[in-house]
Amino acid sequence: MHDVSLEPSSSLWKDAAHRLSRNRAAMVSVVALFFIITTCIILPAIPGLIQDPDLQNLPNKNIGPSAAHWFGTDHLGRDILSRVLSGGRISIAVGLITTLVSVTIGVCWGALSGYAGGKTDAVMMRVVDVLYALPFLIVVILLGKTLEPLTAQLTTGVVGWFSPTGSDSAAINKTTAWVEPITTLVPLFIAIGTLSWLTVSRIVRAQVQSVAKQEFVEAARSLGLGHFRILFRHILPNTLGPIIVYTTLTIPGVMLLEATLSFLGLGVKPPYSSWGILIDEGANRMLSNPWLLFFPTTFFATTLFALNFLGDGLRDALDPKSAKD
Amino acid sequence: MLANILRRFIQGIFVLFVLFTITFFLIKALPGGPFKSSEKVIPEHIREKIEAYYGLDQPVGVQYARQLKNIVRGDPGLSLRLEGREVTEIISQAFPVSLRLGLVAMFIAICMGIPLGVIAAWKKNTLMDYSAMALAMIGICIPAFVIGPLLADQFGRRMNLLPAMGWDPTAPSSWVLPALTLGLATAAYLSRLTRAGMLEILSQDYIRTAKAKGVGNARMLIRHSLRGGIIPAVAFIGPAFAAIISGSVVIESIFAMPGLGLHFIKAIEVGDSPVILGIVMLYGTLIILANFLTDLLGLWLNPRLRASR
Repeated sequence: MHDVSLEPSSSLWKDAAHRLSRNRAAMVSVVALFFIITTCIILPAIPGLIQDPDLQNLPNKNIGPSAAHWFGTDHLGRDILSRVLSGGRISIAVGLITTLVSVTIGVCWGALSGYAGGKTDAVMMRVVDVLYALPFLIVVILLGKTLEPLTAQLTTGVVGWFSPTGSDSAAINKTTAWVEPITTLVPLFIAIGTLSWLTVSRIVRAQVQSVAKQEFVEAARSLGLGHFRILFRHILPNTLGPIIVYTTLTIPGVMLLEATLSFLGLGVKPPYSSWGILIDEGANRMLSNPWLLFFPTTFFATTLFALNFLGDGLRDALDPKSAKD
Repeated sequence: MLANILRRFIQGIFVLFVLFTITFFLIKALPGGPFKSSEKVIPEHIREKIEAYYGLDQPVGVQYARQLKNIVRGDPGLSLRLEGREVTEIISQAFPVSLRLGLVAMFIAICMGIPLGVIAAWKKNTLMDYSAMALAMIGICIPAFVIGPLLADQFGRRMNLLPAMGWDPTAPSSWVLPALTLGLATAAYLSRLTRAGMLEILSQDYIRTAKAKGVGNARMLIRHSLRGGIIPAVAFIGPAFAAIISGSVVIESIFAMPGLGLHFIKAIEVGDSPVILGIVMLYGTLIILANFLTDLLGLWLNPRLRASR
């Protein structure tokens, strides 16, 4: 074995990291994302620091930003800071889980299609063409609505799975409060996830086709490795760059879609909130209480900005030749 | 060329058939049903009669065949929610609103996005480029349902320039705010694509030759680069039209407009299958047409594609 040729393969990622670290917008975005994610996840977990986001306090309703309520309160006296943070958890969770679903389907579909070639490839790509021609938002709404009955069963199922038999109702309620916001969104994950993998699959297919022609794949085949192993262990790792870039760019798109569906009353259901719900509530009362719109929108838009700039930065870093779109 | 068109036509019919099938079974799987709402409880025997009247008691296969026949004939039948109203009548009233909104939004998006992208590419890495691209990023990141109310508040209520709400087919001033809100995200994508396409072209040798020959800036941009530079943006027009036409659902609810989107949302709430199917098939057809026209435009712009077909 000659290990002389090992050096360049690791320097691709080193080069990329170096290029990325020189991209100011991308580095600011990394810091902003880190800040938002940690505040949304850690602060509400520290007991006593942040109010209960659902705690109503009518004497304190509609007060602007103050020392007691940094982001003010809404028409039911609920603290906006804690609502923005807990809503952020849901929005971020939706973004990550749905993107995971979508990218997993897209990568597998594109990789199989590109590797198999011939008739299989033609049929699989026709399926993508057909799905591309569907009115996306319309079908997502319909699919999400159809899958809704699933959630009630799922919540009970997951809660039962987490809490051992014989636990008291308080413990069950506590588990439900953790589980329900996510399980009620499962139709949304499935609806968005199953329809937004198309572009990923096209990108991965093109990559796999070009990598599959290279000599090391031939070598792997001559060693007698199976197709599965060649595809997932040898070809796919070489297409990781575009996949990472596209994943970063899918998250903001999905978060925007979740917010839109929540705005239409089809996403997250009260009492749980997401940034989309908070923005909707804020937009309804923006003339009298502008802070209701300002804070959730700021958090939401900053996250989207940061993810888009980071995605652009990663693309420039990992694939300097590709054109910016 | 003719064979190509024929192939696309057959493919389009197939897509519509798949779309119909998916939609039909999704509606069948919707929870509840048109006559099982929890608000207004209909006695069992009456409900059975109503369902028999609309043919909802027949086997699913029979219903599928009947609906398919109706859609092929272009008449989805009677609405289940709005008693006694034909779906064709509902669509012919509401669709012109949505279509006009979509077309004006598309026009605004093209008129804003492409010039912005050309300028950004021409003045690459200057303040002008950065501000154009920052503007595009804002268009992508701030959802329409924030921009819409803000625009309505600023231009409608405070400056009193344009109607903040409603839709008047005879008064173009009432189209501006909804169409602008709808077109902004598309304008942003178009400007990014145009910038990338123009940068690619402007770095080509023949542009340097043109410059060396002393061709002026305007002529260099418009005559020599634009046609090649907007190819990526033009390829995006089909998908953008699809996004705009389904995105109008959101805009219609912000600006209280009597368009198809609102009918669709209400129809989904109660499982009004003829209305849902009618709207979905109409949108599907429009999107296929838009994609086809986009491809033709792409062929016209890019001679290299023609040779390879």
